[in-house]
Amino acid sequence: MIGGNVVKIHPSEITPEHIYLSRRRFLKGAAALAAATLAVAACGPEGSGPTAAPTAGPGLVSPSLPAPSAETDELGAALTSYEAITNYNNFYEFTTSKERVADLAKDFRTSPWEVQVGGLAGKPRVFGLEDLLEFEQEERIYRLRCVEAWSMVIPWVGFPLRRLLEEVEPLSGAQYVRFETLVDPEQMPGQERASFSWPYVEGLRLDEAMHDLTLLATGIYGKSLLPQNGAPVRLVVPWKYGFKSIKSIVKIDLVEEMPVSFWMASAPHEYGFYATVNPEVNHPRWSQATERRIGESGRMETLPFNGYAEEVAHLYEGMDLSQWY
Amino acid sequence: MVLGPWWRKNWLRVVVHAAAWVPLVWLAAQYAQGAFLVDPVREMTTFTGKTALILLVLSLACTPISTVTGLKMVVRVRRALGLYALLYASVHFAIFIGLDYGFDLGLLGEAIFEQRFVIVGFAAGVILLLLGITSTRGWQRRLRRNWKRLHRLVYVAAVLAVAHFLWLTKDPQEPLRYAALVAGLLLLRLPPVRRAASRLRRRLASRLERKERREPEAVTAPR
Repeated sequence: MIGGNVVKIHPSEITPEHIYLSRRRFLKGAAALAAATLAVAACGPEGSGPTAAPTAGPGLVSPSLPAPSAETDELGAALTSYEAITNYNNFYEFTTSKERVADLAKDFRTSPWEVQVGGLAGKPRVFGLEDLLEFEQEERIYRLRCVEAWSMVIPWVGFPLRRLLEEVEPLSGAQYVRFETLVDPEQMPGQERASFSWPYVEGLRLDEAMHDLTLLATGIYGKSLLPQNGAPVRLVVPWKYGFKSIKSIVKIDLVEEMPVSFWMASAPHEYGFYATVNPEVNHPRWSQATERRIGESGRMETLPFNGYAEEVAHLYEGMDLSQWY
Repeated sequence: MVLGPWWRKNWLRVVVHAAAWVPLVWLAAQYAQGAFLVDPVREMTTFTGKTALILLVLSLACTPISTVTGLKMVVRVRRALGLYALLYASVHFAIFIGLDYGFDLGLLGEAIFEQRFVIVGFAAGVILLLLGITSTRGWQRRLRRNWKRLHRLVYVAAVLAVAHFLWLTKDPQEPLRYAALVAGLLLLRLPPVRRAASRLRRRLASRLERKERREPEAVTAPR
């Protein structure tokens, strides 16, 4: 069993390309440099320090690699190990076995990669991965709570989805955002299973999508995302169950109607559109009151909105979340 | 060979008893080595649960296999397989209350009685325990005809175990395979199907021109 949760990452020899790019941008401004040196342990979801602030944590001393700016989240919970994050994945496009995704996904091609952003947008456009990496990348330490009642604490690298959406200028009719994962059964053998309807689709209400916590992630622990974690670009919505955080995105559309997500289509009475983490509202078949933090023993109580109530509860004022599960 | 006749009669029992401990030894070794890297509780719970279910299905398969093949030694391992299913179900339950819930009675109360997959799993476990306790010759004698009736509950336990699996997972594919197996085994218990199976056996037997043919009564004898 895993005991303590000291982060042990061997600094890679190679600086991931997106960090390299972000570092170049970062080095242009002396002000940014000053800010970075001050940004020690600024890990709150709202006020994350720049990725390139190297903090000397145990085993994370390479100045060329942006180490996580803290060893815990803002609640003091230790980061989940890189090993666990990259070897325990729900990614049904490959397999339903969490332990086998990493192996099956290892040859997944993430370059070249394009994300079509359009729908009800004034300036729809196609973003290449390199365009996405042009957005200033920052670190966000978030808890990830799976609907299966386990959780992790993950130091993501990415940028707020809002910035991307602002680029394409949502039209006034846009109410929701719809996301789609790549469909490629040759690379993703799980997609040959006809019992699910591919592609994987997810959605957010526009105000959820524009919220500062909502992230498009391109990395973990300062490294480029690995395929099993949804490379090259995925969504992270920390106050919702993990399945909302769609992986390997190829399409983002601004739409008028509430999208029907993959899991809503698969089991409508079990998975709703909102899927906010809520210990009071159980899954029809199991409790959501507690969770197992990966790498730790025992159980902990699940927090409303996964601990982000202060930031996001206002989005759902007046809504009965036991109805809108 | 000196051990020849004994071995010929008992080899299946030896194999079953030896093989049934392998998963537990393997589990203990993996645990001791810290080989379950990411989520040991879930991995060990799943592993012991599946092993219990497989043993239970194998135990249920003994009678039909013996009906079709005429091999009486298969029936002789039925009880052992059932008891090993109980052993793994007990380890499964112990991991659930000890490692997963840390014996927290408040959380456990909610976990057991408010989640239907736990309720049915728990019920299946209670049935297996009851059948395990009454599996001795003494109880067989004491309960007489009722013993057989009581032990038909093993099918209820199997159905509950499959429901337990089905209700806890997001992906029904694997539990549905077990559901099909249990349904098939239940079907084989229906008298017409059973008679057809033993007819099939006799036909196969005569076709193979076996020297020693067993009496039909022995083949269809109740368990």
